[in-house]
Amino acid sequence: MQKRTILKTFIALVLIFSSGNLSAKEESEGEDTKTVIKEFIDHHLQDSYDFTFFSDKEAGKHYGFPLPVILWDNGLKVFSSSKFHHGKTVAEVGGSYYKIDHGKIYKTDASGVITYDEDHHATNAKPLDFSITKNVVTILLVCILMFLLFAGLAKSYKKNNGMPTGLGRLMEPLVLFIRDDIAIPNIGEKKYKKFMSFLLTIFFFIWFLNLLGMTPLGVNVTGNIAVTFALALLVFLITNLSANKNYWGHIFWMPGVPVFMKFILAPIELLGIFIKPFSLMIRLYANMTAGHVVIMSIIGLIFLFKSWIGGPLSFGLAFVLSILELLVAALQAYIFTMLAALYFGMANEEAHH
Amino acid sequence: MEKLINDFSFGLFFWQIIIFVGLIFLLKKYAWGPILKAVNDREEGIKNALQSAEEAKKEMQNLQADNERILNEARAERDGMLKEARQLKESMIADAKAEAQTEADKIVAQAQATIDSEKKAAIADLKSHVAELSVEIAEKVVRKELADKDKQLELVDAMLGDVTLN
Repeated sequence: MQKRTILKTFIALVLIFSSGNLSAKEESEGEDTKTVIKEFIDHHLQDSYDFTFFSDKEAGKHYGFPLPVILWDNGLKVFSSSKFHHGKTVAEVGGSYYKIDHGKIYKTDASGVITYDEDHHATNAKPLDFSITKNVVTILLVCILMFLLFAGLAKSYKKNNGMPTGLGRLMEPLVLFIRDDIAIPNIGEKKYKKFMSFLLTIFFFIWFLNLLGMTPLGVNVTGNIAVTFALALLVFLITNLSANKNYWGHIFWMPGVPVFMKFILAPIELLGIFIKPFSLMIRLYANMTAGHVVIMSIIGLIFLFKSWIGGPLSFGLAFVLSILELLVAALQAYIFTMLAALYFGMANEEAHH
Repeated sequence: MEKLINDFSFGLFFWQIIIFVGLIFLLKKYAWGPILKAVNDREEGIKNALQSAEEAKKEMQNLQADNERILNEARAERDGMLKEARQLKESMIADAKAEAQTEADKIVAQAQATIDSEKKAAIADLKSHVAELSVEIAEKVVRKELADKDKQLELVDAMLGDVTLN
């Protein structure tokens, strides 16, 4: 059973060490390996209450650190996620019992019974969950990184008479790219300035998180629907709150078409207001999730093939796909920013008829 | 879709919104604002520098054109002056020549006149000398000739003969 330990380590370190040195071969059940891989990928895609770098299931050991759980259940309840023992035990806090089931915290009785309905959904009560999860920690980490990087860049301009120095120098062309090739062409010379902070922040935020998702840390923040929903919601709010009369005119009373068409177009356009940010949300989520699934599955193939050809083949495929994913990481950040800028531009377009 | 809703975690959404909005404002104040301003200032600076360089170039060209013009004018003036001087010289030479000619003519004429008068005087002098001399000679001859009577007659005859011949 040495093999599965290796598998855990391998997948947790996503690609870096994924070569084909599979040593311990056993006449074990292929179906079991498949399920383990599937579970592992599922687990990886989800958020988690503790930050685990890799775990050894045979020894029951997890290498990482617990994170604070914050619940609102008749009062604020804060405790360490170590109380759950990686979802295995029931946590007792202030007379209430909680258990993790499929990555969610449910309120249970003392023995931790979870009841399911016919669709296999837990019917237990869910407390309001504001836990600092793995993804929240990663988001904070990226925020600190971005702040240090860009505040440093801003400072270096002051010190050097308008010339950037240090690591920030690498970012300056990208800042200029977002200004000159995303903001100005889509929003226009006059109004782009007030959207710049948002566009720059969202671009680097998504890009850095995408890249972080490629590291062996095993985080998947931009492939989480709550995160992409939050980002899309902000785009939605900014678009519609900054929109001018011309924009609403185009939605409710489309100029330049016959009157009966105006009545047909109004609901379509109104629906479009919601579809646009919705597509942003789904696109980022689906692309990042798909990337993670494909790469991890290909690495998982090493353990399914169990032959000398499987290792190198999977390694080659995973390597090529990783390079592709690097491109996708930047591309998705670009597309999100580009479309956000496009929507802002549409909402702020001046009448030209 | 059901899976998406099932996977949706309100806590993560909550933190994401709070942290992200906070990040936007924080970066706006400490990063994007100063960065964009610095970049803008730099671009403005470059634009201005290019513009002033262009202006300086134009000014330089104007200056060069001016110089050229002034140089041309100076050259033309010099040429004019030289030409004038040459003309003056030529006219002076011509004048001098003419004057010298007339002077010379005058001198020659005077000399001629003097020579003429001198010659006349000399001729007159010579004439009178010759006349005196001839009279003296004639006197002497006549005196000798007329020493005898025959000879005096003979002479008278000869003279008379001449008179008739004339």
